[in-house]
Amino acid sequence: MGLDVTWAERWVRRAAEAVETAKDELTELDRQIGDGDHGENMHRGFQAVLAKLDGAPVEAGAPVGSVLKVVATTLMSSVGGAAGPLYGTAFLRASKVAERETLDPSALVAMLEAALEGITSRGKATTGEKTMVDAWQPAVDAAAAAADGGADCVGVLRAAAEAADAGAAATTPLVATKGRASYLGERSAGHEDPGARSTALLLGAALAAALTDEVPSA
Amino acid sequence: MTVGLVLVSHSAKLAEGTAELARGMAPDVVVRCAAGDVDGGLGTSLDAVQEALADVLDRADAAVVLADLGSAVLTVETVFELDETLPARARLASAPFVEGAVAAAVTAQQGAGVEAVLDAAQGAVSSIGPRPVLELVEADAPTGPAGTAVAGEVVATVSAPEVAGPDDVTARVTLRNPLGLHARPAALLARTVAALGVPVTVEGVDATSVLQLMALGATGGREIEVRAHGEGAEAAVAAVVGLVEGGFGEA
Repeated sequence: MGLDVTWAERWVRRAAEAVETAKDELTELDRQIGDGDHGENMHRGFQAVLAKLDGAPVEAGAPVGSVLKVVATTLMSSVGGAAGPLYGTAFLRASKVAERETLDPSALVAMLEAALEGITSRGKATTGEKTMVDAWQPAVDAAAAAADGGADCVGVLRAAAEAADAGAAATTPLVATKGRASYLGERSAGHEDPGARSTALLLGAALAAALTDEVPSA
Repeated sequence: MTVGLVLVSHSAKLAEGTAELARGMAPDVVVRCAAGDVDGGLGTSLDAVQEALADVLDRADAAVVLADLGSAVLTVETVFELDETLPARARLASAPFVEGAVAAAVTAQQGAGVEAVLDAAQGAVSSIGPRPVLELVEADAPTGPAGTAVAGEVVATVSAPEVAGPDDVTARVTLRNPLGLHARPAALLARTVAALGVPVTVEGVDATSVLQLMALGATGGREIEVRAHGEGAEAAVAAVVGLVEGGFGEA
């Protein structure tokens, strides 16, 4: 079973829900090593995405990428700070490789790879610098390994979500060398990176959306 | 060719202040700000950058964009990614915000093309501090000529004082206005020299570079040497001396 545009919409709605639930946690993480606006910014961005989706309902059979494109441009316009251009570019690159009605496991991996590539090309970060790349990179690696091992789309997303979660947790002891937290130097160690945490939330939402046909109520 | 500027900052006040400075020195250049986030707080807005760029490109042939901190740069890069036609007419400068904007504006005022305006912005950091950079390079590479790039370093291309030649015209003149070669007079002098198209140095620095002129720190009462050579040298030196003696309209 492949993933279609209705999955993409469920993903985005679940992501909005997850961000709303975790808004204060993300903000608190960001307050410790950044400028304390990540939760609020992400929440504003995903609420704007929901408004867009509610205003122009997704048509069954549309390309998966069509929803991701809406997410990209809306996040770019409404999330302040670096997260807007970074996640916006991730969804934009993902939308370009998801210009098809359904995604099979290998197309899903290609989509995740494109998203990661968007983030690294925009943010010039690599692993170990205490950024969202520390969640994205292991997620993409795990997704590719799962697909190679014959996993279905749910299996690929499960591998990605679990690896992102572990990757985000593993940012805690790191000293930041990219982004705002790098201004703190050694003092950035001991706190989880908020961008890596929000990445884990987004990929967790992608898995949840593949596990059930339920659309979270607004 | 007309080149306009887009100033992208986290702070509306910073962008507006920088625009004021740039317009003061380059009154005919289109300068637009895209600053602050969607709610008017500190941050950058993609929509505001798109709007400002479109407006500048309506009114000028090309645009050079200056951005202040990390996410402002990311936002501009994202705008370029969204519209593939932009790179043909607009460029993002990798430059210090204030100095880059001023250098770009003054160069654009002189009618330069987009690459020259971009170069002016990107060269601004070395133009404001040519001496420390040169000393550093000389210390690192004692055998290398001053101002030569070493190991990929970008260093100032400071116009060394011309070796006195038979066709050189020089004059020494005392600055009369109290503040001397501060921003506005430096810009006026640079524009005047650029319009004449004759190579002129003031105290050994390129007289078309407003930042190098300002870096001289030449205040009222100081005597400066004006030197030009080649065709039109005499008229060029006379024009500069005339500006100085008139106190740049300030004395």
